[in-house]
Amino acid sequence: MSIPSRHRSLTLFAAAIAAQVLLLAVQIRRGQQVRLIRVWAIESVSPLGRGAAWSVDGVRGLWNNYVGLRHMREENDQLRGEVGELRMRNSQLESRAAEADRLAGLLGFRDVHSEVQTLAARVIGASPDPSSHMVFISRGSRDGVKRDMGVITPEGVVGKIFAVYPDTSQVLLLTDKESGVGALLAASRSQGPVRGSGDPLLGLEYISSDVKVEQGEKILTSGQDRIFPKDLPVGTVVQVQPDRRSPFQKISVKPAARLDGLEEVLVLLTRQEFTFRKDADKAPVPVASVTSPKPAAFPTAPTAPKPVASVTPSKPTAPPPPTKPAIPPVPPKPAAPVTSPKPAASEAPSKPAEPETPQDPGTPDNP
Amino acid sequence: MEIHASYDQHIEVHKYYAGTIFGVVVLALALEAVLPVYFRSAAILELPLLITIYFGLSRRNPSSGLLLGMAIGLAQDSLGHTPFGMYGIAKTAVGFVASSFGSRIDVDHPISRFLLTFVFFHLHNAVLVLTDRILLGQHEPYLEMRLIIASLVNSVVAVVLYPLLDRLRRT
Repeated sequence: MSIPSRHRSLTLFAAAIAAQVLLLAVQIRRGQQVRLIRVWAIESVSPLGRGAAWSVDGVRGLWNNYVGLRHMREENDQLRGEVGELRMRNSQLESRAAEADRLAGLLGFRDVHSEVQTLAARVIGASPDPSSHMVFISRGSRDGVKRDMGVITPEGVVGKIFAVYPDTSQVLLLTDKESGVGALLAASRSQGPVRGSGDPLLGLEYISSDVKVEQGEKILTSGQDRIFPKDLPVGTVVQVQPDRRSPFQKISVKPAARLDGLEEVLVLLTRQEFTFRKDADKAPVPVASVTSPKPAAFPTAPTAPKPVASVTPSKPTAPPPPTKPAIPPVPPKPAAPVTSPKPAASEAPSKPAEPETPQDPGTPDNP
Repeated sequence: MEIHASYDQHIEVHKYYAGTIFGVVVLALALEAVLPVYFRSAAILELPLLITIYFGLSRRNPSSGLLLGMAIGLAQDSLGHTPFGMYGIAKTAVGFVASSFGSRIDVDHPISRFLLTFVFFHLHNAVLVLTDRILLGQHEPYLEMRLIIASLVNSVVAVVLYPLLDRLRRT
């Protein structure tokens, strides 16, 4: 291809200038002693590299974000299902862990209070009647459970056995209107019955206005109801109000045991007194023994006969003295010494009005 | 074509012996290197540039003008400490432009020689500064009083020098 003569000199000029510019570029060093020709070479090539990288990234992104995601929806659905299953399994494991903790607490309580015969039971149902505060437990007459036996948790008093069936029992909770327990104030030792009201809070009655009651004060069992031993935690005073129409105070008590979330309880097979230790659940215990179907027969020392009060607190027939519980006294009755490891044999004499265990498994005791 | 023919009839193309051109160039480069040693003020002279301008204007051939300018510039670079090609580019541009102008206007008149030398001197300096700034990344000042004086001095020298060089034309 021939260059027109009029452009020949111009072409030659451009070539001469370009050649000398390149000559300069070879000599000149810029910045980090990099030759200018190299800088130009890199800068002229780098757009190509950037373009190539952009193209490759685009193709890769197209592949990864569109073509490669064809099965993502199915995989996503599958993963969602797996997440759901894992959540359910996690929930089950958490529930089991919590159950194990509770059982360990129960077992620890039993081990610490080994002098007391107790029977671990699982709460298997609640009363269908919303007005009655009752639960069913997994122990019955075949396990040695009898009517009016006390039911506790490591936190405190729960209630008493209301009806006994061969394999189950019905527990009347403290919060039931018909329920009550002989109690006393931990500080002043003033005694009075704690009654259920159908509400979550209990009421401590017949505490004279002269007695100073502090909010937060502990309420313990007095042991005079012949159901619970002395000094078991019943609850905590949450409200104290003077009653102008009577010489007694109105005291609201929050139950020590979590009655609205019971899952495992201990049935007191004897009325033997023991010192309630709050740190019982910290004792190391073998978990396997908790779920044993039959209660361990704890050998207990014979207890001295003691006067006991009636089982169910009832309204006094006459105005009681300010510091006395409004429970009609029952003639002192000696508690039978526990000599046999079997709970049924050891507990029989200590119950004041023990109902007959029904022969028919389906028929409850007459309360 | 007739226009060019009639145009060419008014513009006279001067020819020189190659040895003459070579000798003048070598002499100019030698004086450029030697004179400042003895006369410090002689450093203001740019004899290679004046030679480039003269032969470009006289021969009126852009190709030969730019090649001569490139050769003189590279020779000047080789004698100095500037990067090889700095003066080469500048004098290539001046040789090309001077040849292009010389084929169109009368460059034998002293005033036109003065003005053209003045202009080409600044063009030469502009290309140098541009190359400095673009390629070397240096920010040399473009217009200084010294530059103006130098351009005026070189233009005056050109007016005196060019008639002497005219004597070297091949008849």
